[in-house]
Amino acid sequence: MQGDLDLGKYQMTVLSAWGAALVLIVALVALTLIRGAKVRRALEAAEARKGKDQ
Amino acid sequence: MSIWKYANPKQFMQTSAWALRWLVPLTAVLMVLGLVWGFFFTPPELRQGSTVKIIFLHVPSAMIGINAWLMMLVASLIWFIRRHHVSALAARAAAPIGATMTLIALITGAIWGEPMWGTWWAWDPRLTSFLILFLFYLGYMALWAAIEEPDTAADLTSVLCLVGSVFALLSRYAVNFWNQGLHQGPSLTVAQKQHVADAYWYPLMICIAGFIAFFVTLVLLRTRTEIRARRLQALLARERMG
Repeated sequence: MQGDLDLGKYQMTVLSAWGAALVLIVALVALTLIRGAKVRRALEAAEARKGKDQ
Repeated sequence: MSIWKYANPKQFMQTSAWALRWLVPLTAVLMVLGLVWGFFFTPPELRQGSTVKIIFLHVPSAMIGINAWLMMLVASLIWFIRRHHVSALAARAAAPIGATMTLIALITGAIWGEPMWGTWWAWDPRLTSFLILFLFYLGYMALWAAIEEPDTAADLTSVLCLVGSVFALLSRYAVNFWNQGLHQGPSLTVAQKQHVADAYWYPLMICIAGFIAFFVTLVLLRTRTEIRARRLQALLARERMG
């Protein structure tokens, strides 16, 4: 294994491919976590209301 | 002990919570190790130069793009045959992940293709079937969103999944079926161990393992959310009825 970060004449190609892919991966994770938290909070609130009514 | 016990939402929530405790750190370690190794510690290739580093994102994302659809197919068949709601929800949960992976494969492939083939895009069998697969993902997600009645949505999306499977398989085998187009043959096959040099092979294997773990982790997280959302819908409907 050797460290080699000289991207040479393809620097823009490599960086744009990696940049686009990482942005999409991070966005997917963020949306998954945000929706998960939102649904979880709404469910807890609905269950609390149901508990009060009974 | 039957595997069908996991079709019980309560059992699924318990088991997935336990599994996620291991999967989340495992995914993080594999992704960081594979991507850092691939980006920082691999040499430029003789003909492709530093563009070879795109392989660490392109190949794993393409594999997940195809196999996510096949996982959705299995889950849809289970829904058809046994009517287990968790399987239909798992298929729904996997679709945005598969779509994102397919999009990453298309984008990174186009960016990689420009300096190597002299064009961003060609109507090559593999590229075209991959684009159609991506459109199927969009259609599948739109169909789920468009139908309110959950069982009807699960039925119709399962039919769409069966049809789309043709393109998932074509995406994988197009280069074998048609001996034409720009895209090379498979970089990884079971029959022949290795088509790439060791310097790229090991980080690539770690990246693939990382992407698989990433997919499983996100499917579990999203399926848990879908189960909660279904329960929430039921509670809200009961509230409305008074």
